[in-house]
Amino acid sequence: MNHTKIAVLALAAFAPLSAMAEVESDEPIVIVQNNWTSQLVLSNVLGQMLESKGYTVEYIPSDSQLQFSAIANGDMHVQVEAWEGSMKTAFEKALDDGMVDAGTHEAVTREEWWIPDYVLEKCPEAGNWEGLNACADIFKTAETAPKGRFLGPPADWGKNYAARIDALNMDFVAINVGQAATLWAELQSAYDREEPIVLFNWTPNFIESKFDGQFVDFPEPEEACFEDEAWGPNPDATGDCGAPRSAWLKKAAWSGMADEWPGAWQVVQNMNFNNEQIAHAALLVDVEGMSPEDAASEWISENQDLVDGWLQ
Amino acid sequence: MTHPLQSTEPVARPWAAPHLKLAQIPLLWQFAVIIAAGIALSALWGGALRWPDIWVIPLASWITTFFEWLGNDAGIGGYEFRDLTRFLADLLKQPLRWAEYVLYRGVRPLDLPPVPWVAIVIGVGILGHWAGGRKLAFFAAGGLLYLAVFGLWRDSMRTLAIVVVAVPFAVVIGLWLGIWAEKSRRAASVVSPMFDLMQATPHMAYLVPVVILFGFGQVPALIATVVFAMPPMARCVMLALQTVPSAITEAGKMSGCTPRQLLWKVQIPAGKRILMLGVNQVVMQTLAMAVIASLVGATGLGQKLLTSLQQLKLGAAVEQGLGIVMIAVVLDRITQAWANRPTDYAARGRSWAYRHRHALSFGAVLVVSVLLAGIFKEVSVLPKGMTVTFGTQLDDAVRWFAKETYGVIQPVRDFITVNMLIPLRNFFLAVPWPIVVAMVGAAGLRLAGRGTAMLCMGLVLAIVLFGFWEPAVLTVYLVLSAVIICICIGVPIGIWAFRSPRVARPIMAICDTLQTFPSFIYLIPVIMLLKVGDLANIVAILAYATVPAIRYTYLGLKRIPDVTIEAAITNGATPMQRLLKVELPVALPEIMLGINQTIMMALSMVAITALIGSRDLGQEIYRALPTADTGRGILAGLAIAAIGIVADRLIQGWANTRKKQLGVK
Repeated sequence: MNHTKIAVLALAAFAPLSAMAEVESDEPIVIVQNNWTSQLVLSNVLGQMLESKGYTVEYIPSDSQLQFSAIANGDMHVQVEAWEGSMKTAFEKALDDGMVDAGTHEAVTREEWWIPDYVLEKCPEAGNWEGLNACADIFKTAETAPKGRFLGPPADWGKNYAARIDALNMDFVAINVGQAATLWAELQSAYDREEPIVLFNWTPNFIESKFDGQFVDFPEPEEACFEDEAWGPNPDATGDCGAPRSAWLKKAAWSGMADEWPGAWQVVQNMNFNNEQIAHAALLVDVEGMSPEDAASEWISENQDLVDGWLQ
Repeated sequence: MTHPLQSTEPVARPWAAPHLKLAQIPLLWQFAVIIAAGIALSALWGGALRWPDIWVIPLASWITTFFEWLGNDAGIGGYEFRDLTRFLADLLKQPLRWAEYVLYRGVRPLDLPPVPWVAIVIGVGILGHWAGGRKLAFFAAGGLLYLAVFGLWRDSMRTLAIVVVAVPFAVVIGLWLGIWAEKSRRAASVVSPMFDLMQATPHMAYLVPVVILFGFGQVPALIATVVFAMPPMARCVMLALQTVPSAITEAGKMSGCTPRQLLWKVQIPAGKRILMLGVNQVVMQTLAMAVIASLVGATGLGQKLLTSLQQLKLGAAVEQGLGIVMIAVVLDRITQAWANRPTDYAARGRSWAYRHRHALSFGAVLVVSVLLAGIFKEVSVLPKGMTVTFGTQLDDAVRWFAKETYGVIQPVRDFITVNMLIPLRNFFLAVPWPIVVAMVGAAGLRLAGRGTAMLCMGLVLAIVLFGFWEPAVLTVYLVLSAVIICICIGVPIGIWAFRSPRVARPIMAICDTLQTFPSFIYLIPVIMLLKVGDLANIVAILAYATVPAIRYTYLGLKRIPDVTIEAAITNGATPMQRLLKVELPVALPEIMLGINQTIMMALSMVAITALIGSRDLGQEIYRALPTADTGRGILAGLAIAAIGIVADRLIQGWANTRKKQLGVK
């Protein structure tokens, strides 16, 4: 037994020297993981694709803002989901420091006010901001009365909903949560009781597979909205518009990746998901209860042709 | 007795008004004067209400810039500071990599499997047997079996990998610091207050500088964990060395020990039990960091727990949280048993095989399980089909509970929020800061003397000057509300547990679980029932901070000498009289210590309840991480520590004064 153990230890010590497949480098490729479902599955899909080519892969969890400077530094190497709405500033800052833009997915993203469908029974016009505002009363809570409550994203997600509410003269108060899970806990509780609620949400995420609802339409933003007071429903204010209805979803990578693992870099560039594929990947976990690893394997086997194309 | 100097004074200055000392004016009168002056001042000068932004000392941004410089540009000659931190990180990476190889990863390029789960479960059982006998063996193996059966194995091993590497590091560094502080007065005068400060600062505040200097991943998580887990070890070392009986040290000296021999062969073995308590504390603190460390890139149960919460899978989060509790409790029992383990005299003179029976049997288990793992995959990794979960049932139960009780809870919540909390908050926010500074000073002077008064005033003033006044006031408002409720709940429960030993055991068990259980989990049901708001914050704090109030009340009452209680009974005291006139006053010091701890716990929970959403110091700390704003995070953390220190000094001062009045020692 002791010999086995010693042999194991000795071999492991020299492990990095014994190269395996014909890949360029045995150094592990570090894939960033965030804490939402679609990202977890997609990062596993990429990891399993790279492993099938013989690369060594490691997954490291990271914060959605700090990850970009870590990628720029080379501490981590690939991020499969970078969102325009919440990560644009950090993303663009990191591009100057040594991170590269590895291409845009076909999928588009949206971040906006969102209501469950049952709200429409009490307020049929709520799918539109003016209609929603007309029944602000049903959304009021003890703290916000007589105004309605809008449950907003964490204060540092780069969105100032209080300013938008002001610009559009809406009868709402923005209450900011500390983290996304708080939004979902509130939604779950309200949904079970069919209590009216309007909150911040985004797509693609797991909410659409668990809860029926829709985004509230605001005026589509143009540059003039933020510069010209006359633009938009309120002639005396800038910022009287919503968020873009189709924002980009990108991949990001460390600038050294192309040199260190040219083959893997090619795969990262090729990889391209659309909204349906992302929603399905999230559904495998959130509705069918698989682990992200299993869901990634399942997703790959369901989309083998597509994956083979990316691996070329 | 006449004092020659004093007696001459009135004669020398007959024209002076009768000299009235500050200490002779009742504190309430002092407060009244301070409040009146403060209101007058704030009417004249708006800065008394809200310190002007342009006068805020921008220390926070200086610290942030300094750390950015340190992380990116600092260096001497061709060497950058960053190279040093990277080198350190690489160094730490090696043992961690080994732990990962052995525990769960296997040596991939060689296709060597990790140690099979069966071998680890039985191995920990054997370790339990070695440390504490059969009962502990079954307990330890059972605890680990939970991890396998609930499908948490891989993640548990990830967490365990950090624990097995962090604990030795923390123990060695703590040992070294403790010895150093014990040897040199100057070192002690630096190290000791630093530990006080580190313990009073929420753990999350450490994370930002760690990320700036060491980046993201397992290693930074390891470093953050070691930094946090090390102080208790150092404290125990200092205590152990101080309490070694001088007779033992003398004996060592007489037998001609060199100072080094005296330390390692005499004093350290003599203080073994306290040292092992330190090791035990290190293990518990390491696991307490499991969830928080995942914010800087630790994988394992903590990370999975946060992800589960993010996906609203409360049941899964509870299972993962229980996994952390299991590892903590098993390691806790084993290290405790190890500390108290008597020398095995029976084994002396027995065969080599008998003396090494535990190691040998583990070797056998390892060989057999590795061989079996080659044939049956189940031995290596328990397949998913064989694991169980009560996750979804628990989710449904919580949702059902939230739905059914909402009708009752909602009006209560609204009433408390609108009629009590919001007015209280507005009142707190409207208090001019000079009033607080002066009142803290007056109270400090009366209760604990000039030094304390200056310290407390300085700390409050620093919060104002560095621009953290408003979040600090909101923190005090939340913590104060929570602590008052904690006392109202905790002290009676402690008394109840003291009066009836039958309930004491389950209550203490619940207390243990509440404290080890990752506090993040409480947040979700609290939000479901109470919505985002101050009451949700307060209730989340309660779940965690009531424990010390219960525990210390119980322990304080239990430590009353029987003679004292007998005396009360023979004097014909009714049970109520006994409680109010004898037991509670005698237990007061201990209860006050509990309240002190309650305040500390509540303050440390503030960083976690920030996830619900608030504008207090916890939010400042929590926000500092994603924006890499080191100064904001550290200063907000220190501001929490400052509030804790002020509360601690004033309460201790009050308790001491009160003890003197009651004649209790």
